[in-house]
Amino acid sequence: MSRRPFVREVSRTRWYFRQPRYLRYMSREVTCIFIGAFALLLLCAVRRLSQGQAAWESFLAALEGPWSALGLVVILVFAVHNTTSWFNVTPKAMPVQIGEEFLPGKFIVAAHYVAWILVSLLVLYFAGVR
Amino acid sequence: MSDRLVHLDVLRYDPETDSEPHFQHYEVTCKEEWVVLDALNAVKESIDPTLNYRWSCHMAVCGSCGMMINGEPKLSCHAFLRNYEGVIRVEPLANFPIERDLITVADDFIDKLKQVKPYLIPKDDKSIDEGEYKQTPAQLMKYRQFSMCINCMLCYAACPEYALAPGFLGPAAITLAHRYNLDSRDGGRDQRQEVIASDQGVWQCSFVGACSEVCPKAVDPAGALQQVKLASTLDWFKEHLLPGGKP
Repeated sequence: MSRRPFVREVSRTRWYFRQPRYLRYMSREVTCIFIGAFALLLLCAVRRLSQGQAAWESFLAALEGPWSALGLVVILVFAVHNTTSWFNVTPKAMPVQIGEEFLPGKFIVAAHYVAWILVSLLVLYFAGVR
Repeated sequence: MSDRLVHLDVLRYDPETDSEPHFQHYEVTCKEEWVVLDALNAVKESIDPTLNYRWSCHMAVCGSCGMMINGEPKLSCHAFLRNYEGVIRVEPLANFPIERDLITVADDFIDKLKQVKPYLIPKDDKSIDEGEYKQTPAQLMKYRQFSMCINCMLCYAACPEYALAPGFLGPAAITLAHRYNLDSRDGGRDQRQEVIASDQGVWQCSFVGACSEVCPKAVDPAGALQQVKLASTLDWFKEHLLPGGKP
């Protein structure tokens, strides 16, 4: 009797179509492209700001228009998906044990949402939104 | 108990005669209350005695009968026929080489399990006269969930990281290392950390989370791996930012 184990090849480019859970994972991972794009936009904004008022105003003018607004909305949707999908798994990474019990995960998730809202309000406050 | 004719497509592979695996169709009469393992046993007993598969306890404890059932890693003793309609596709656990029929080669997993030293390494050796190593219920709860692992390898079959990078230590091995690291009686973390925080260790995991979704014992390996990442990151900060430079 001879051993001749058979190895099943896994497609390196289509593996995530095998299961809906893999597609869900990829939908979270692909958000990094949009987060990265927004980070680049922010860097451009800082650079233009450092170049003076005229440069800053031309940067703002370039952002006006329907295509730019659409792009920002798309980025916002992916950013929210990124944020919520990570918030929802935080209890796995940061379990809180109190005595012999664990704090229910929903409290840890809720704490992240509360912190998110507070930080957003602070940013809006410093941005001059009253 | 009502009878039901169950249709199975089972992946067969005979290393002595087959160049690659192929599906074989079986029709077998089963009780509605049976599980897929019962159906396979009925096939072996009454239709085809050459069919090979592993099983032992028939109660989701031994972890031997893991298979892909309709593409999902399952313990076949825990997969009730009443939850399946039409033809049930039964294949060996994904991401492992096929030894024969539904039997996979588990050597890689066993080797990785050994590497993480999944046993208590006492902080201080005590003589038997000094009595047992005591633990409070709270200290037990810290790791109890992770101690429920039965080494069934379903998490490896679900993990796309392991499929694409077979060097990855994988969910169960790292979870068991974490289980002992969390144990108040244990002092072996430094030894395990060399393995689980290495290139092939926890950083290969990108948190797909499939391991926890398929775990039949609700161990939550994905949670364990994220906790190991956090602890390893803290180690790095302690090593590089604190005076003395030792984690």
